[in-house]
Amino acid sequence: MKRLYLLGLAALLCCVMAAAQASDIQPILQEHKQIIAKSARKTIAPAIDAIAKSGSPQAQTVLETWAAKAMWMRKSDGVFFAGEKAEDKQYRLFDFDSGEVAGTYPKADLKQIKPNSGIRAMIGTALVQFQLIDPDAARRQAALTSIQRDPEVRFLAPLRASIEGEPDVKLLAQKRRLERLLTISFDKNTEARVNAIEEMSGDLGVDLRATLNPLVATTRDVALGEVPSGLNIADILAPGTEFFSRTDAYDLLVIKSLAQPKVTANDIRNALAANIDGGRVAGIPVARLDNDTARHRAYDILAKAGQAPARVTTDDVDAALASHVFFESYYEPSPDVTTAANASLTAIGLRVGLNQTLDLALDALSLTSIYFLAAIGLAITFGVMGVINMAHGEFIMMGAYTGYVVQRIIPDHTLSIIVAIPLAFVVTFTAGVAMERLVIRWLYARPLETLLATFGISIALQQLAKNIFGTQARPLTAPEWLNGAFTMNDVVSISYIRIAIFILALIFLGVFLFIMKRTRLGLETRAVTQNSRMAASMGINPGRVNMLTFGLGSGIAGVAGVAIGLFAKVTSELGSDYIVQSFMTVVVGGVGNIWGTLAGAAMIGFLQKGIEWLNPSNTLAAQTYMIVFIIIFIQFRPRGIIALKGRAAGD
Amino acid sequence: MQRSFIAKNPSVLIFFACLALFTLAVTVLSEGFGVGLASTSFVKTLGKTLCLCLIAVAMDLIWGFTGILSLGHFAFFGLGGYMIGMWLMYERTRLIVVESLSQTEIPPTPSEVVDAIGNQIFGVVGSSEFPMIWAFADSLVLQLALVVLVPGLLALVFGWLAFRSRVTGVYLSILTQAMTLALALYLFQNDSGLRGNNGLSGLQNLPGVTASQDFVSVWFLWASAGALGLGYALAAWAVSGKFGSVVRGIRDNEARVRFLGYSVETYKLVIFVLTACLAAIAGALYYPQAGIINPAEMAPIASVYLAVWVAIGGRGRLYGAVIGAAFVSLLSTWFTGGQAPDIPLGFYTIKWVDWWLVLLGLSFVAVTLFAPKGMGGLIDLWTRRKSPNRHGLDLGPDEGALREQEASK
Amino acid sequence: MNFLKSALTGSVVFAALASAAMAAEDTIKVGVLHSLSGTMAISETTLKDTMLMLIDQQNAKGGLLGKQLEAVVVDPASDWPLFAEKARELLTVHDVDVIFGNWTSVSRKSVLPVIEELNGLLFYPVQYEGEESSKNVFYTGAAPNQQAIPATDYFLEELEVEKFALLGTDYVYPRTTNNILESYLKQKGIADSDIFVNYTPFGHSDWSKIVADVVALGADGKKVGVISTINGDANIGFYKELAAAGVSADDIPVIAFSVGEEELTGLDTSNLVGHLAAWNYFQSAESDMNTEFVETWKATMGEERVTNDPMEAHYIGFNMWVNAATAAGSTEVDTVRAAMYGQEYPNLTGGLAVMLPNHHLAKPVLIGEIQEDGQFDIISQTAEVPGDAWTDFLPESALLKSDWKDLGCGMYNIETKTCVQTLSNY
Repeated sequence: MKRLYLLGLAALLCCVMAAAQASDIQPILQEHKQIIAKSARKTIAPAIDAIAKSGSPQAQTVLETWAAKAMWMRKSDGVFFAGEKAEDKQYRLFDFDSGEVAGTYPKADLKQIKPNSGIRAMIGTALVQFQLIDPDAARRQAALTSIQRDPEVRFLAPLRASIEGEPDVKLLAQKRRLERLLTISFDKNTEARVNAIEEMSGDLGVDLRATLNPLVATTRDVALGEVPSGLNIADILAPGTEFFSRTDAYDLLVIKSLAQPKVTANDIRNALAANIDGGRVAGIPVARLDNDTARHRAYDILAKAGQAPARVTTDDVDAALASHVFFESYYEPSPDVTTAANASLTAIGLRVGLNQTLDLALDALSLTSIYFLAAIGLAITFGVMGVINMAHGEFIMMGAYTGYVVQRIIPDHTLSIIVAIPLAFVVTFTAGVAMERLVIRWLYARPLETLLATFGISIALQQLAKNIFGTQARPLTAPEWLNGAFTMNDVVSISYIRIAIFILALIFLGVFLFIMKRTRLGLETRAVTQNSRMAASMGINPGRVNMLTFGLGSGIAGVAGVAIGLFAKVTSELGSDYIVQSFMTVVVGGVGNIWGTLAGAAMIGFLQKGIEWLNPSNTLAAQTYMIVFIIIFIQFRPRGIIALKGRAAGD
Repeated sequence: MQRSFIAKNPSVLIFFACLALFTLAVTVLSEGFGVGLASTSFVKTLGKTLCLCLIAVAMDLIWGFTGILSLGHFAFFGLGGYMIGMWLMYERTRLIVVESLSQTEIPPTPSEVVDAIGNQIFGVVGSSEFPMIWAFADSLVLQLALVVLVPGLLALVFGWLAFRSRVTGVYLSILTQAMTLALALYLFQNDSGLRGNNGLSGLQNLPGVTASQDFVSVWFLWASAGALGLGYALAAWAVSGKFGSVVRGIRDNEARVRFLGYSVETYKLVIFVLTACLAAIAGALYYPQAGIINPAEMAPIASVYLAVWVAIGGRGRLYGAVIGAAFVSLLSTWFTGGQAPDIPLGFYTIKWVDWWLVLLGLSFVAVTLFAPKGMGGLIDLWTRRKSPNRHGLDLGPDEGALREQEASK
Repeated sequence: MNFLKSALTGSVVFAALASAAMAAEDTIKVGVLHSLSGTMAISETTLKDTMLMLIDQQNAKGGLLGKQLEAVVVDPASDWPLFAEKARELLTVHDVDVIFGNWTSVSRKSVLPVIEELNGLLFYPVQYEGEESSKNVFYTGAAPNQQAIPATDYFLEELEVEKFALLGTDYVYPRTTNNILESYLKQKGIADSDIFVNYTPFGHSDWSKIVADVVALGADGKKVGVISTINGDANIGFYKELAAAGVSADDIPVIAFSVGEEELTGLDTSNLVGHLAAWNYFQSAESDMNTEFVETWKATMGEERVTNDPMEAHYIGFNMWVNAATAAGSTEVDTVRAAMYGQEYPNLTGGLAVMLPNHHLAKPVLIGEIQEDGQFDIISQTAEVPGDAWTDFLPESALLKSDWKDLGCGMYNIETKTCVQTLSNY
């Protein structure tokens, strides 16, 4: 692809060569050789400007080549070329002006010019003038993106001019929107700006808020006596409020050199230390200066003697604060604009808040489905059969690793997932059946010991996974069509992979209900769990039913593993991350009822997101308080949200 | 017939004798007080093992005798460690700070000293102020009291809530696991004031003690052995009399005991708080030997391991818990230390560092399936004690209640 | 009976320890203290393999001081107290002359008192939070001023970032680093309200809300950048969510301090192209020595394995130790330490690494952009930056200085001109 592009470039260059002789680009590049090679954003501006303004027909190609990291410098003479990879670590170079192949060189003789993304953005901005009316829609898009990233007043006119005659509908909409935003920021006519603000009011785009917010940015200042005129005042501040304490006010005075800085304890100590005279400071023996009262007394004596600045007293502070007025003023001089922007932002703020709540609810729903998926297998083995399976998490892990192995064998991501899901089910179903036959069936009467035995299996499986797959995380990549996110607007979005997990959870809920309520196996399972002996006397083989039920629960855990691996990671510790959570989901929801598990997952998911929202800077705290809440919750509803009643409760 | 406590529990005397002999032997072999055959690191390992034995005794009391499978006792163990760690850290840092501030020209004010200590302790985690929970850290006596009070209070509140609402069986196990997880996560936060993930470190350096670790390790071994002996005796006394009978009754059939008029909840609560305090004392002795305590010590898995030790050793008998804890933790040290020889199979070499956990895991399964009495069962073989044959009938209707094999003792 | 059990096991363990101690005396023992099991095994196993490879190479060259080197590998199992125990065992039972080990800060803090008490020598290869200087530890990984500060400068100057999201795993390295960065950013004129901090637990996987929060930061028109100290495999979920949300590196760049080649093998990087990492080494560095190092590593461990920064740190540390021991003619700790100061050894990325009197290295800082193949494209490389144990950007530690060569003190207060303490505050 790159090769084709470069060839096309070369052809293009050949055609225009004759006319271009006069304005070759290489001399300009040479003139700025140092700064181009140094490649730092602070110093690069003259080079980009010179190229963009050179008028050379190659300017655009040079800039594009540069931004694509395809510009090379020949070390021997410092000449710049477009380069492409040739055979055995050699690079083929093309002259910018002639477009001809300038030879093939080993990498050691060349220096690749690697602009960082800051410089690339600047090049992008410089390219706008060429690209905005380029016949290629992709380049026009690039130009719009550059303007969006770095809006400048000089783009307003060309952008407006380019709107007419834009054939692409999508780009036209983008250009219109961008024009409005630039108008808000840069138009000379206040009325036009206010109109634009009002026109766009209620829009949820981050770009609009990013345009409006700088308009209402304020600065705090202070003046003696009265508020100076000619400023666009936002607010007069009274010292002593929550947002503007008296300390803040005094600090502002000190910063503006309108008041003496307070003398800190450290200052006092340093002043005392500097004035030790024969074991005494201001007549007080040094040994007695080990408390604040003595230190203050000594310092005051020093201050009186002029050897140190006097301490600022409360009275001084009061007087200083009383004689000044504190205010916040807008940077934007026009009050009309700031009023309109404020009104617009308030309106947007309300809508943003609503949408954020919606987004949070979606997140919580997604977390719910993940917890539900992780716990549904457990809801069967623990909830229905009463078996504490500590190795449940390891079944999830086995499913995830199955997905990884399948992906190694079948590189196509879509196909591999389609294969991996049933295969994961088969693998963990088999493992579950084996475990039930070999271990668990001997322990049905001793639930607490099942816990220990399955815990043993859990650590053995975890270590086995480490021995086989190593300790590094393994990649499990979602198919292309699950990439990206479903975006309602700039606030509400949810990734497709989470939607897929949600749907998977729904499917499993359906499958579970179907099996339990509509099939022979479900009927037999319910019979066996309610009364095993009675079931056996009715001709049901409890051993077989238990085996199949346990296998089913394990198999579902395996499929959950594939899903969890897709959105998080595949490591040997994957399972242990979910085991405690899964148990709590089942217990909180109410054992023996799938709706209970769903309710439990929903409660934990929504609660966790809720606490995260209250304290966004500490996700760990959210988890802590969630668990504390669950502990307290269980005290009041020991049987969970949906408790079985009567005989089925098996108390 | 009134018999003395000792006469009813001959195992206590045997245990005391074994413990004394063991302590004496290690002292003689140690580098500090003896011929130097046992390295200091090994003495420390043994000292720590004794502490683990003590918490295993507590675990046996609550699980083996009362039938409550608590998966949260390492929370109390850790809390005990934190309480003593706070004093050790504060005092050690205070000595350093006072020494360093004495070189300045102006003598420091008390608040300057405290600030400097705070700066030293919390500078590592990017803070410098003392949180509220350090209020008593300057007093050894108060912190020692807190070693028992804080975990005891936590156990009291948690136990009262849980037992009051009749949470039993596996639900209680999962609830205790949630408790220790919540505590660990809370302490992981820097805001909790106990240095987050870094925890409290350098605890092996006792403030004001200049003796080398060769001696300190033996002192702690003595202290641990003493605590284990006392704890064992206390546990044996608790389960020997009428109280013990009621407690075992609760294990075998809680409902029947309740109908007999006993306040089941009170008994459970007493045992729960008592074992929490024992665990805390074990922790307070363990962490100065380990040198560092951090929240990972309280992760739920630690408490599950504890249950496994007791199961392997043989629950329902106190010496079983001690044997289990000592055996598994020492074996674990041996295997992870890389000292176990590799086994070449030709096509694959079994490295024990990789395979030890697999072996351990499978041995849990084997013990649960084939030797529910654990290693203590070996002693039954020796003393030729046999279980009465009841043709497989339960002793009680409650699942998880004592089976006949366990009832035999 | 209990005693019999304990004594039996005890004597078995003891016999094993003793026999190990009595092993051949004609080798020089090198302790390797990296977790081979537990949560940190994911990172540390690689370093153990690196050490074994380096020791083999040295033995092939004829060993050290006429003796062969022998690696003593122990497994502290990601259990922090066990680190202290194993370190004591290495120093007293196995009598090793030097230890290469540790990854997490907490494990280092656990080992410190033991190493200082027994006068051992530890080479610590991982970037860390600084605020520590021990006489017995050489820090071959980056101090904050060798990674975090240059990376932040890059954000400020090259990418013109005006609003910062500091995301980290909740443990001491991110906490302290973010503290230093907050203080640094404020000095650079970034307002408090323009710094967003978030801490997540180890292995966190539910990132959607945090990514949404970061995107929402852009609402006031300032360019947002993310500085990530997210540790280990939590990164996988984070980057997957970032890619899903369509966050382009050109709009919201992410620079990571704990994501290297090794971590990237766990995910598909095609959606992450352009995001950044700051290290002192990248596998893609172009030098003959690096090519050779990478080839040897792949030949030993397998073609799909990658090299990373802590490996280079061990490479430099080990070779410096060998050279210092050769120069001193002995492996005795104090003489080797004296010979270490001023040791020079070529970096794999070019230039010379120098061991400073504060036990840190002077190393260049590299910034790389993630590429589709899971490697980094180095877009910025500074001159050698001398490591600073006590950061200049926190008021308390700005006064402190470490110089073990001339001042003989790791915590020297330059204001009062006194040595605060010679042992470290662990």
